[in-house]
Amino acid sequence: MSAPAGTFHDRVEKALHDPQLKIALERTTGNARRKRAAAVEAWPEFSAARAAAAAIKDHALAHMAYYLEMFERNALASGAQVHWARDPDEARRIVVEICKAAGAKTVTRSKSMLGEEIGLPHALAEAGLRRVETDLAEHIIQLAGETPSHIIWPAAHRTREDVAKLFDQYHREKPPAHDVVSMVGSARKELRADFFAAEVGISGANFLVAETGAICTITNEGNAELTTTPPRVHIVTAGIEKIVASTEHALQLTRLLVRSATGADLTQYTTFHSGPKRAADRDGPEQFHIVLVDHERTKMLSELPEMLRCLRCGACLNHCVVYRAIGGHAYGGAYPGPMGSVLTPAFDGLQQTRDLPSACTLNGQCKQVCPVDIPLPTMLRHWRSRSWRAGYEPKIAGAAISIWAFVAARPALYQLAQTFALPAMRLFAKAGWISSLPLASGWTAHRDFPKPPRQTFLTMIRKGNRS
Amino acid sequence: MPERGNAPGAPHVGLFATCLVDSIRPNVGFAALALLEAAGCKVEVPLQQTCCGQPAFNSGADDAAKPLAKAVIETFEAFDYLVAPSGSCAGMIKAHYPELFADDPAWLPRARALAAKTHELLSFLVDVRGFSPRNVVCKASATYHDSCSGLRELGVKAQPRALLNAVAGLELRPLEGEETCCGFGGTFCVKYSDISNAIVGEKAQNVVATDADLLLGGDLGCLLNMAGKLRRDGASTRVFHTAEILAGMADHAIGEEA
Repeated sequence: MSAPAGTFHDRVEKALHDPQLKIALERTTGNARRKRAAAVEAWPEFSAARAAAAAIKDHALAHMAYYLEMFERNALASGAQVHWARDPDEARRIVVEICKAAGAKTVTRSKSMLGEEIGLPHALAEAGLRRVETDLAEHIIQLAGETPSHIIWPAAHRTREDVAKLFDQYHREKPPAHDVVSMVGSARKELRADFFAAEVGISGANFLVAETGAICTITNEGNAELTTTPPRVHIVTAGIEKIVASTEHALQLTRLLVRSATGADLTQYTTFHSGPKRAADRDGPEQFHIVLVDHERTKMLSELPEMLRCLRCGACLNHCVVYRAIGGHAYGGAYPGPMGSVLTPAFDGLQQTRDLPSACTLNGQCKQVCPVDIPLPTMLRHWRSRSWRAGYEPKIAGAAISIWAFVAARPALYQLAQTFALPAMRLFAKAGWISSLPLASGWTAHRDFPKPPRQTFLTMIRKGNRS
Repeated sequence: MPERGNAPGAPHVGLFATCLVDSIRPNVGFAALALLEAAGCKVEVPLQQTCCGQPAFNSGADDAAKPLAKAVIETFEAFDYLVAPSGSCAGMIKAHYPELFADDPAWLPRARALAAKTHELLSFLVDVRGFSPRNVVCKASATYHDSCSGLRELGVKAQPRALLNAVAGLELRPLEGEETCCGFGGTFCVKYSDISNAIVGEKAQNVVATDADLLLGGDLGCLLNMAGKLRRDGASTRVFHTAEILAGMADHAIGEEA
């Protein structure tokens, strides 16, 4: 599996020069934007529901320890085994040990972004386990040897034409045609036997319900049910911020989550999983393990508390002009787009990832579409401020801001600077426009700049002449 | 300091021209002055103004932004209103000065007080002054880009359209993605120039697709970005700040020499 390589700038350049990527991203995100807009339009109480959803998450987060302990008690009572992992290392070790103890050779997985966050696919391969991704898009990127590029549509960077090539190359039985139905049928056949061969199935969780000890998965393909029911062992990996007080709260959040993600009222499957198979049950796993992962989340509670509201709906990605231009792999972390640019510095360290919060126009559309009103621009600015104070910003850009701010804080000096800079700029102009300007290539590489006026507005006002 | 308009009871407005208008397009400043006076305000342009500090604040350099913010507060707090022909600069003062001074008990009340009386020009004209332009003619088709800060931080959306609908001869055409960022983003457009180019490239295509004579907006930063890209792409769309049209001061578009 190839993780995105190179610096942020390298990855961006690669993405911007990939015309197929632009087509694939626009199909997926454009569709998602239109469907979400229609769903919001059709739900007059949307903004009230959104405020309630934020309050539901804030309540659970404000009493996180209380609800997590309640969840653990109720999960244990249902026969589940609960494991606590401080960091990705611990989480991976716990999962691999459960797989080994179960004598597993084949492990099926339904889509879980937390699994990507903690590096689970790689850990399973290293432990010698055969990993089978059962979500259609995850199946596609497993064939391609890639990582997800979108948290809802992991293969958002691939066109249907790309996928047809992959299926022709790798499926034991090639799809009879390249229409959607034939290709989905081909994937279904390819995966079917593995659902029943696997000894262990691993899923994520959309919600951990404190009052019942159940976990909730929200999916469209039915693969999560086939991943979690036939194998002898079901392992759930979930971040501790997935905790909610009650089933009612989980269902209220589901209404926001699904509409924001796909524009549908509900997904095909909303499943509450509670404990292992009981004596009278016809099917279900013999063991039900829940691995609760902290990984910086308790730290975020004090530093970036609103970020823990995130439902992982992907709306902020679909509406982000930067994501739509560069795609998910350019971000270099498990989570791309605005939410990823807040999370990745917390997970991977700010010094290595400082470009992510900076590469944003702060246009605020992400906050506007967020179903739980996370102030993403404020959180991105928080990282910029941290990066500035820590001295991580490039020296020249930092010096430019400091010098400019020093001058701008001194009106007389500022006017003096204008009287030198503006006439100098005018020398570069032809027919009213500057097409190349020293020290401003970032602008003039792609855009012209208008010739500045002979006199500034304030100079003309001072002299008493109006235009 | 020059003062104009002396009707009794007229509100005393401090015009914050913004650093871009001051240096690059004074005509927008004069248009703002004319409109505010036409709307019955007593307008003053404080001569010691420079910049609101947004480039520093958005770079995370709070320490560099604070002296600039303090200067703006000191310069404008005596006025009834601070009005700026930019949603982004007005948004900085209104939404972010209180954030910048959140931990400073001496400056926070002053920041909040100024925030409460700060307005973006076009929304001020409509919402506070109930103004509508009279006898303004502009025979052209135009499309409108909603700049992000004005739209999302200040709710500027209906006001510019209401004002432009009162201009005789002007036909407004809808713009695909009118609420989508143009890729300017202040220092973003030079720091991440290639990403910015991809974003403004799509915007320019959408503008050209309207086949409108004019592209209008309320924020000079965004307008310079889009005008510069349209010009580089060889498009003939003429770009103006909305205030220039409303004041009947639209002889020369951005980049056209007098």
